[in-house]
Amino acid sequence: MTEASHGSGRSTLRRAAPLVAGGACVALLATLPLLNIRVPGILPTATYQPGTLALLSLAMIFAGLALSYNMLLGTAGMLSFGHALYFGAGAYGLGIVLENLSVPLWPGILIALVGGLVIALVTGAVSIRVTGIPFAMVTLAFAQGGSVLVRRNAAVTGGDEGLSLNTDHVPDFFLGVINTRNMYWLTLAILVFVYLVALWIDRSRLGHLSRASRENDLRLQVLGLRPAYAKLITFAAAGLCASLMGVVYVLLQSGTTPTAVSADLTITILVMVVLGGVGFRWGAIVGGVLYTLLDQRLTVLAGSDVIASLPDVLRVPLSQPLFILGVLFILVVMFLPGGIAGTVDAWWRRRRGRARATSLRALDAESAGAPDIAQEARP
Amino acid sequence: MSDGTTDGSILTVQNLSASINGQQVVEDVSLSVPATGITAVLGRNGVGKTSTLRAILGLISRSGEIRLAGERIDGLRTHRIVQSGVGYVPEDREVFARLTVAENLALAERQREPARELVNELFPDLVQRRNQMAGTLSGGQQQMLSVARALINDNRILLVDEPTKGLAPKIVADVTIALRRAAEKVPILLVEQNLEVVRQLAGDAIVISGGRVVHTGRAVEFLDDEALIKRLLGVYAEAPAGNGSEESA
Amino acid sequence: MSSLILVTLTGIGLGALYFLVASGLSLIYGLMHVLNFAHGAFLTFGAFIGWEVARRLDSESWWVFALSILVGGVVGAAVASLTELALIRPLYDRHIEQVLVTVGLALAAVALFEGIWGADPIYIAGPAWLKQTTDVFGASIPNTYWVLMGAATALLVSLVFFLRYTRYGIIIRAGVENRPMVTALGIDVRRAFTVVFAIGGSAAGVGGVLAAHYTGYVSPHLGSTLLIFAFIVTVIGGVGSLTGAAVASVLVAVLQQFANYYLNGTGDFIVVILLAAVLLVRPAGLIGRRA
Repeated sequence: MTEASHGSGRSTLRRAAPLVAGGACVALLATLPLLNIRVPGILPTATYQPGTLALLSLAMIFAGLALSYNMLLGTAGMLSFGHALYFGAGAYGLGIVLENLSVPLWPGILIALVGGLVIALVTGAVSIRVTGIPFAMVTLAFAQGGSVLVRRNAAVTGGDEGLSLNTDHVPDFFLGVINTRNMYWLTLAILVFVYLVALWIDRSRLGHLSRASRENDLRLQVLGLRPAYAKLITFAAAGLCASLMGVVYVLLQSGTTPTAVSADLTITILVMVVLGGVGFRWGAIVGGVLYTLLDQRLTVLAGSDVIASLPDVLRVPLSQPLFILGVLFILVVMFLPGGIAGTVDAWWRRRRGRARATSLRALDAESAGAPDIAQEARP
Repeated sequence: MSDGTTDGSILTVQNLSASINGQQVVEDVSLSVPATGITAVLGRNGVGKTSTLRAILGLISRSGEIRLAGERIDGLRTHRIVQSGVGYVPEDREVFARLTVAENLALAERQREPARELVNELFPDLVQRRNQMAGTLSGGQQQMLSVARALINDNRILLVDEPTKGLAPKIVADVTIALRRAAEKVPILLVEQNLEVVRQLAGDAIVISGGRVVHTGRAVEFLDDEALIKRLLGVYAEAPAGNGSEESA
Repeated sequence: MSSLILVTLTGIGLGALYFLVASGLSLIYGLMHVLNFAHGAFLTFGAFIGWEVARRLDSESWWVFALSILVGGVVGAAVASLTELALIRPLYDRHIEQVLVTVGLALAAVALFEGIWGADPIYIAGPAWLKQTTDVFGASIPNTYWVLMGAATALLVSLVFFLRYTRYGIIIRAGVENRPMVTALGIDVRRAFTVVFAIGGSAAGVGGVLAAHYTGYVSPHLGSTLLIFAFIVTVIGGVGSLTGAAVASVLVAVLQQFANYYLNGTGDFIVVILLAAVLLVRPAGLIGRRA
C-alpha cells in the first residue's frame, strides 16, 4: 500500500469511529427494554420495566433539549435565557390542539411543531438584532411573556394547575404504563433525529457561518455573506427541536405544567449544557441524562434515612437536590469550565499534543471584543 | 531615589509578544529606554506601536520580560505596574467625559503630595476649567488633561501615545512644549507619527514594522536619512506634518 | 379621577421598590459587566433575616421595623460582598462565567431557603399603620407605598452623594465609563467591585424587607419574581446610570399598574413587550448612553 492510501485509510477509520460508536450506542439503547439489567442506586427498576423506561425517556427528552440549546450556545455562541419558551410551545401546543380540535395525533403534532417554529422564527428575528447580554435579556423577556400568557389564560392552558393530555385521539400504542417502552422507542428515535440536526448544523456551511459570525459579523457582511440569516436558521432549528422535545414530553407525562415555559427550566437547560460541556454534542447529551438521573436520585437520597440522621447544618442543604446541583454547577463553572466533555476532550488533546480553548472562555474573549450595552468597543 | 539601572536605561523590554483576541499584534520586540530624555517610537499605522505600549502596561495579553529600573514588572497587574511609576497618556486621550477636570486629576493622584504646582503651571487653562465636564473640553484641552494626569505623580517613566493626533498646529506646539518641560523631570517613551514633533523632542528613535523593531538609533540621524524614512515609514513621511495635514495616511 | 391617582401613586410606590433592587444591579453591570442573577437571593435573604429578627422582638413596633430594615441591609451587604470575593473575583474578566456562577448561586440559594424555611409563603406582621391606607384626593393608598417611596428616595440621595463626593464614588463613575483606563491610572478596580456589590446587596436587602411588608409575606421566591423586573428596569434605564434606573423604575411600574388596571391585568405582559421594544430600538436603554 502506498503512503497516501495508508494515510487516508487511517483518517477514514478515525472519521468512521465516532459514527460506529454512535450507532452501537443507539443499538444498545434500543434493546434495553428487552433486557433485564439492573443498576441499583441509579435505575429504580430493571430496564425492561416501565419505571426505568419512563425515567430513561425523560432523560432522553432533556438530552434532546440540551442538544437543541447547545446549537445556540455552543455552535452559534448565543446565550439565550428563553429557550424554555419553545419547549413549552411544543408541549402546550400539542396539549391544546388535542383538547380543542378533533384531530388525530400526527396532524396534531404537526400543528404544534409548526406553531413552535413560527414562534421561534418571530422571536428569533427580533432577538438576533442584538447580541450578548442584550440578546439574553430579550430572550428572557419573550419567555417571561410566554409564561405570563400561559398562567393567565387558564381556560385554555389550565393555568397554574397545568394541562392534562386529552388522549381521545392518541393511539393506544402509546398509552398506558404497559406501553411505556413504545414511548421509550419513540423518544429514542426523536433524540437520534435531533442529534442528526445538531450534527448537520455543526458541520454544514451554516455552522461555519454561525461560528465565524461569533468573531466578526462585520467582516462577514463585507464579504457578502449574511450572518444574520445563519443565526436565524440556527435559532429556528434549535427552537423547533425544543418544540419536538416538548411534544414528546407532553405525551410521556400525559400533561404539562407552567414550569415547561418558566425561566427555571431554561436555567435547568443551561446547567445541563454547561455541566455536560458547552460546544460538544455528546456533552449536551451527557449533561441532560446526568441532570435527570441526578435530580431523581438526589430527591430519593434527600428523603432517605442517611440524610435524615445528619445534623441539621448538613441535613437541610443536602435534602435539597437543587442546592447540590447549584453548588455542583458553581464548582464546574469555576474549575472545570469545559464541563465533562470539555475536560475529557482537553485531556485527550493534551495526550495528542494539541490545545484548545474551552467554548466558555472563547465566549468570554468574544464578548470582550464585542460592543456592549452602552459601551463602545474597547481595543 | 536610587535608580537601579544597570546601563542607564529606565525601561528594558525583551522579547515582548502580544496578541489581541488571538491575533498577534506585537512580535518579539526588544527595546530599552534611556533614563533621561525622550525616546520616540515610529512606524506606519497599525504596526503595533500602540499595542507595544499597552502590552508594557499589561492592558493586553502578552509575554516577555519587562524591567523598570532593573526590576521585573511583567508579572504584575496593570495597576501595580502603574503604581511602580509608569505614567500613561493613551492614544485618543481617554479622559473620563462625565467627570470634571478636577475629578479626572484627583482620580489620578497617587501620592500624598501630588505635583499640583507643576500641573497648574503647565496647564493654566485647566486650572480655570476645574469644574468643567471633561467631555465638553476641546480636543487640545483634553490632551492637556491627559498629559496632566500623567504628570500629577512622580513617575519614573511616561508612556505617551500620539499626543498630537488630530490637533491644530498651535495646540501641537503647546503639547510639544509641555512634553519638553515634562521630559526635564521624567524620561518619556513617545509614540508619534508627526515627524516634526519627533525632531524637536526625541533623542533616540525606535522604528517598528510588522510588530517588530527594525531600526534603532539617534532620532535626528534617522530623520535626516530620507531613503531610510521612505523605506521604513512609507510615503506619508514625505510631508513634514505641521502644516495642517495632521491625518496620517 | 381617584382611580387615576391610585394607579399613579401605587405605580410610583412600586417603582420605588424596583429602584431598590435595580440600582445595585445597574451599578454592578455598568462597572463589572456582570448580570448578577443572585441579586434576588440577596433580597430574599435580607427579607428572611429581617423577619427573623422582627418576630423575635415586638414586630408591631416601629423601632423593630427600623431594626429589621437595618439588619436586612447589613445582611444583604455581607452576603453580596462574600459572593463577590469568593465567586466573582476569581473569575476576573470572564464575564460569561461570572454570570453563570451567579445563576448557580441563585439556584442553590433558593433551594437552601426552601430547606430552611419551607417552600410556602410565611405571612408576616408589622406596624399596624402599614396595613392601613391614607386618603389622597379620594384614592386610598396603602401606607406601605409611602415607606417604599421614602426608602427609595433616601437610597437615591445617598447614592448620588456617594458617587459624587467619595473617592470610591469617583472610581465607580469612571470605571463605568472606561474600566481599563482606571487601572491604567494605577487604581485597583477590584476593590471597587466589592464595594459595588456590597452597595447593591445592601439595597437589595432593604428592598427585601420592604417587599415582604408590601406583599405581606416572605417566601424563598420573593427575590426571583422581583429580579426579572429589576433586570427589565436596568436594561431600559441604561446600565450604570443611576438616574436612568430611577426614571425607568417609575416608568415601568406606572405602566404596569395602568395596564393592570385599565387593560385587564396585562401589566406583566406589557412590561415584557416594552423591554423587547426598547432593546431593539435603542440597545443602550432609554436613558443610558448610546451603544
